[in-house]
Amino acid sequence: MRGNLRAPGIGLAAVLGGVLLLSLGLEAAGYDAPAALAALWDGAFGSWRAFTGATLLRATPLILIGLGFALALRGGALNIGAEGQFYAGAIAATWMGVHAAQWPGWVALPLVAGAGLAGGAFWMALPVILRLRFGVLEVISTLLLNFVAEALVSLMVQGPLQEPTGVYPQSAPIAMAARLPLLPGTRLHAGFLVALVAAAALSWIFARTWWGFRLRALGEGPRAAEVSGRVPAGRMVAMALFGSAALAGLAGAFEVSGVSYALYQNLSPGYGFTAIGVALLARLRPSAIVLTGVVFGALEAGAGAMQRDAGIPAVAVYVVEATIIIVVLLGQALARRGEGRASPVDAPDAVA
Amino acid sequence: MEPLAVAADVLLAAVGIATPLALAATGETIAERSGVVNLGIEGAMLSGALGGAIGATLAGPAGGLALGILAGVAVAALFAAVAVGAGADQIISGTAVTLGSVGLTGTIYRQFYGAAGVGLSIPTLPPVPIPGLSGIPLLGAAFFAQPITTYLTFGLIPLAWWTIFRTRPGLALRAAGEDPVAARAAGVPVRLTRSVAVLVGGAFAGLAGATLVLAQVGTFAERMTAGRGFIAIAIVVLGRWNPVGAALAALLFGLATALQFAFQAAGLRVPYQLFLMFPYLLTLLALAGVVGRVKAPAALGKQEEGERD
Repeated sequence: MRGNLRAPGIGLAAVLGGVLLLSLGLEAAGYDAPAALAALWDGAFGSWRAFTGATLLRATPLILIGLGFALALRGGALNIGAEGQFYAGAIAATWMGVHAAQWPGWVALPLVAGAGLAGGAFWMALPVILRLRFGVLEVISTLLLNFVAEALVSLMVQGPLQEPTGVYPQSAPIAMAARLPLLPGTRLHAGFLVALVAAAALSWIFARTWWGFRLRALGEGPRAAEVSGRVPAGRMVAMALFGSAALAGLAGAFEVSGVSYALYQNLSPGYGFTAIGVALLARLRPSAIVLTGVVFGALEAGAGAMQRDAGIPAVAVYVVEATIIIVVLLGQALARRGEGRASPVDAPDAVA
Repeated sequence: MEPLAVAADVLLAAVGIATPLALAATGETIAERSGVVNLGIEGAMLSGALGGAIGATLAGPAGGLALGILAGVAVAALFAAVAVGAGADQIISGTAVTLGSVGLTGTIYRQFYGAAGVGLSIPTLPPVPIPGLSGIPLLGAAFFAQPITTYLTFGLIPLAWWTIFRTRPGLALRAAGEDPVAARAAGVPVRLTRSVAVLVGGAFAGLAGATLVLAQVGTFAERMTAGRGFIAIAIVVLGRWNPVGAALAALLFGLATALQFAFQAAGLRVPYQLFLMFPYLLTLLALAGVVGRVKAPAALGKQEEGERD
């Protein structure tokens, strides 16, 4: 119980520690740290326009992918391949989107979103087969498939999906009907609302359903769950992994359908990895993932502003994100040592 | 071109590509034999690459190798503190360490080299043909006309094998990875053994990164390791947690990557992205064939106390 009370404290300490480390590093490197932090804050929270059009816009894929990471890890599986599933979803959604010119929006949008879900899930098929049939851990397989997906995007935007003039390495713009509506007065697309709904749904599944309960039992004690005979371990893990990948694919679809309106290389600035921090900082709780997704979205948005206004490389923000993850891990490990019992993040027993 | 010349070229490229992979995989084999999976070696390799570039700029290729190794050890030390010292989840710690390395190397790189980038300013390691041997048809150029780091790798792999399987520290290492509780009862300092193994693995990864820059690519770019550290982790499994096996698996990966040169020589127009994908897919398929028939260190990925399971 004490651990639960302490968790927000650890999270806050992690975020502050990350920002502090960034400031010290910037000062040491000769930058004007206060100015840089001011630029970061302004870029993330400085105005309603920045908050909705930058922070919440970037929080959307992070929330979706973070929810997916939590879903898999609740069942004791580590999906490190969200980046690849994001791209698989983006490719499928783009393909649907460029062919949607003749359709009304109420047909096109669900198809685009469905293509994203399916594309992401498809990218998980090989890892699931490899794990269940051959015992290859999903950690390695999902990780390696990230690089295959990046090459596939490159192939698509210079091949089958390339824009008609054949000059630029990008797809043709998707049809108007396939573009997500924006929330009134903002540049934030409706996918953000879908991410909120997904968080609520997952929260309900975890807390209120028999399936969610068994998934958690599986994640916390795979052997006990399996021996008890009440948990079909293989099928449960497969469902969790497919769900996890589908959410990442949906994030990719929304990025195309609500932000870029076309497929590019480097569409994701590493959302798949950043989202691991989002989920961990929230201790895998869906409602908290919305909040931590906004925190990391603010960091990403602020990093762009920092580069623009203070000349600091945006990649510096990865150091902040890594610090946050590490401080959370340390806090949990030390708390666990004190109390002698595992936290949810402790679940991946099947790492070896 | 003649088929033999093409084959020699492919082999030459394959050995070059395989060298950093074999180094990183040998280091990771040592860490995993002690029971620790370190996904941070991707970050250690990337840091080693930047260290290699900066060290070479400041003090020549030898300085590059030294700074590369140092950078790899530093990254591994952070991982060891979190994953071994505090006992946090190894996979997530490793991912975080790699993420941080991407940020740190990108920032330092821009700080050090500015917008212009490294360019061609790095002194690199030239091939050193071994008289006589380098003239052997087909194999000579590939194995005996390589930069010094490749010969170093030829030496380090059997040395690592011998240390792991034929020495007392190697026995302690394997004991820590198979059954930490029993190992500790037998007087093996498990946490210390694992920490040292991770640091040695980091040194190998750093050297691998420096080799990538100084002997293969000739320059640094952000995220230039592009998952080679992760590939090395798969190669460890393919090599059955044995440095010699890892070297052979690395060579297979190198051949798969270098195959594109054969296609180009044959005048076949195949999208280059397929060649980018092929080695990763081949690795996955190879894993499917190997895993299940080989035994991983029993306590791999688990905490010292062995409280889980």
